[in-house]
Amino acid sequence: MKKSVIQPTKGWQFIDFEELWRYKDLLYFLTVRGIKARYAQSILGIGWAIIQPLFTTLIFTLVFGGLAKVDSDGMPYILFSYLALWPWSYFSGTLSESANSLVANAGMITKVYFPRLILPLAAIFSKLLDFGISFIVLLVLLIYFQIMPGWGLLVLPLLLLQLLMCSLGIGMILSAMAVQYRDVKYALGFIIQLLLYGAPVVYSTTAVPEVWQFAYSLNPMAGVIEGIRAGFLDRPMPWEWIWPGSIVATVLFVFGLFYFRRMEKVFADVA
Amino acid sequence: MSDTIIKVENLSKRYRIGLQEKKADTFTQQLINNLKAPIENFRRIQSLGKFEAESDSVHWALKDVNFEVKQGEVLGIIGKNGAGKSTLLKILSKITEPTSGRIELIGRVAALLEVGTGFHPELSGRENIYMNGTILGMTKKEIDSKLDEIIDFSGIEKYVDTPVKFYSSGMRVRLGFSVAAHLEPEILIIDEVLAVGDYEFQKKCLGKMEDVSQKEGRTVLFVSHNMDAVRNLCSHSILLRNGTIEANDYTDIALKYYLKGEKTNNLLNIKEAEIVGAGNKNIQLEEIMVSSNKDHLAELVTGEPLHIKLTYKINIPIDLSKSRIDIRIDNQYGQRLVWMSSEIKKGFDFYKKEIVFKVNENLLLPGDYILTVFIHDGIDVSDWFPSVLTFSVSNSGELFSKLKVPNSQSSIFYPFEVL
Repeated sequence: MKKSVIQPTKGWQFIDFEELWRYKDLLYFLTVRGIKARYAQSILGIGWAIIQPLFTTLIFTLVFGGLAKVDSDGMPYILFSYLALWPWSYFSGTLSESANSLVANAGMITKVYFPRLILPLAAIFSKLLDFGISFIVLLVLLIYFQIMPGWGLLVLPLLLLQLLMCSLGIGMILSAMAVQYRDVKYALGFIIQLLLYGAPVVYSTTAVPEVWQFAYSLNPMAGVIEGIRAGFLDRPMPWEWIWPGSIVATVLFVFGLFYFRRMEKVFADVA
Repeated sequence: MSDTIIKVENLSKRYRIGLQEKKADTFTQQLINNLKAPIENFRRIQSLGKFEAESDSVHWALKDVNFEVKQGEVLGIIGKNGAGKSTLLKILSKITEPTSGRIELIGRVAALLEVGTGFHPELSGRENIYMNGTILGMTKKEIDSKLDEIIDFSGIEKYVDTPVKFYSSGMRVRLGFSVAAHLEPEILIIDEVLAVGDYEFQKKCLGKMEDVSQKEGRTVLFVSHNMDAVRNLCSHSILLRNGTIEANDYTDIALKYYLKGEKTNNLLNIKEAEIVGAGNKNIQLEEIMVSSNKDHLAELVTGEPLHIKLTYKINIPIDLSKSRIDIRIDNQYGQRLVWMSSEIKKGFDFYKKEIVFKVNENLLLPGDYILTVFIHDGIDVSDWFPSVLTFSVSNSGELFSKLKVPNSQSSIFYPFEVL
């Protein structure tokens, strides 16, 4: 039989991946629970995963494309903004969901032990279904505008990895902070709205003044969005926009892992 | 069978209380604290020589706790509220970290601090079995193989595909416990969960627990306020008081220590004792006297009269025709022995502001008993004091001393004849 020791831990520690693996079934059921509970007792059910980004896109097209005439690099504005909103709504959705995951499940945290990381992870995974479904809308748009994605699309898995690391990294930091500081919950809603304008969702990166371009490219979402646009619309990969963000995303992810672990031990005491 | 499976060494856990420690709960507060930090630091360094400030804000829920548990043992953990029982269980089940000390455990641990953790109201009973099971550390495969057994044990086969939000609370408890009962850890930690659910199901659960420990050789730690359950299940018990172990012995001995700590008192003035009952206080209890004499305090003797006199005041002029006063006497193990109510005996005048429950021949054997007082003004609870005082019957009367009824056998002498 396996011997285990319980004693106070000190300082920064890394996540126990072996233990996490043992609880993979819990991750699976929590992810499924997240999906089922989200659309339980609703008429449109999973349809909401399509409606939300689609209607936001339509409104953006009307306001920014039609009225404000924002430059969309010569692409149809609706496609231009949907290609950004597709990853963006996943990012913003996971942010609010994972930030709340620990507080919303405080009852579980104080009553039973399991690797706490499972909670934000499940929040992020359960959003993947929405992400996949809104991809179908993207396919429809691509067919409608008769656009053939180029070879650049091969980079897509890397971009999605960057998106996941970025979501997970920030999600872990925010969820750990939210346990102690409930301010996170209130601030997050409008911060996400503000962040939307810090990423090239409604406008193109060409609109960013040259002196600010490097600082701007540090936003991991800028690279993800520009990369996805380039990939689907068969344009040259804008690497100069991607690599700074991917470094930031990696740093966020690794720091998130450590920070979460460090805060984990007080969760049950302050939740 | 006598291998040590849990070894706890110098375990301590410190909590901060109030807002005295510098940790802030909101960002703004933290910012303000940060701005004030230099001043605070100056004060702290200045007051280094003094001791009080720091020790006030810190509460030791556990302090230097040491014990060992052998394989197959069922260990009871008893103590009053706030003695550190739950903290100990939370540390053992890894929910929270100790401040200092060390625990060595051999084998898988499953902690049952609550029934049905992780249940989601929108999911069906079946889905929640998987949810709850995996939270408790089972794998999907294990649950698959035991699913039928779990559903069967819960006795809610018919509703297993219904969302749990339509369940009664009893059904939820049954389902939750069935999952827990089918865990197969080497060490099982149970906190007070049997306090819920109906009696039949409680008995079924206790039976299952006995099986678990006796037939399957599993180690169980059991926290409960139900002294009967502790006595039935646990050979040994640990008594915690204010975060330290006061006794670690056979359950009967530990229980004696537990009860000895209760001050016995045959006279209690509510105001002086600084206790407050639950209720609207329309009728408010002032004093309790348990005595063999109606008017003054006198030793209680088996076989002689028993008077329980309650003095109260009426704070609001209301109709008292439907009011009532109940008392209950429990023995030291919490078993209910006697219940008396003014409602049964008609014609009591509430405006007298005192009531005496008189028993001509006290049949309580020597020992300690716990009194509960309940006052109802006819509409709502007025003043309710559960287990308000522990009184002692100190002596057997002349007649009864010859009878020699062993106190360990019974609390009440029931008059009988042998033919």
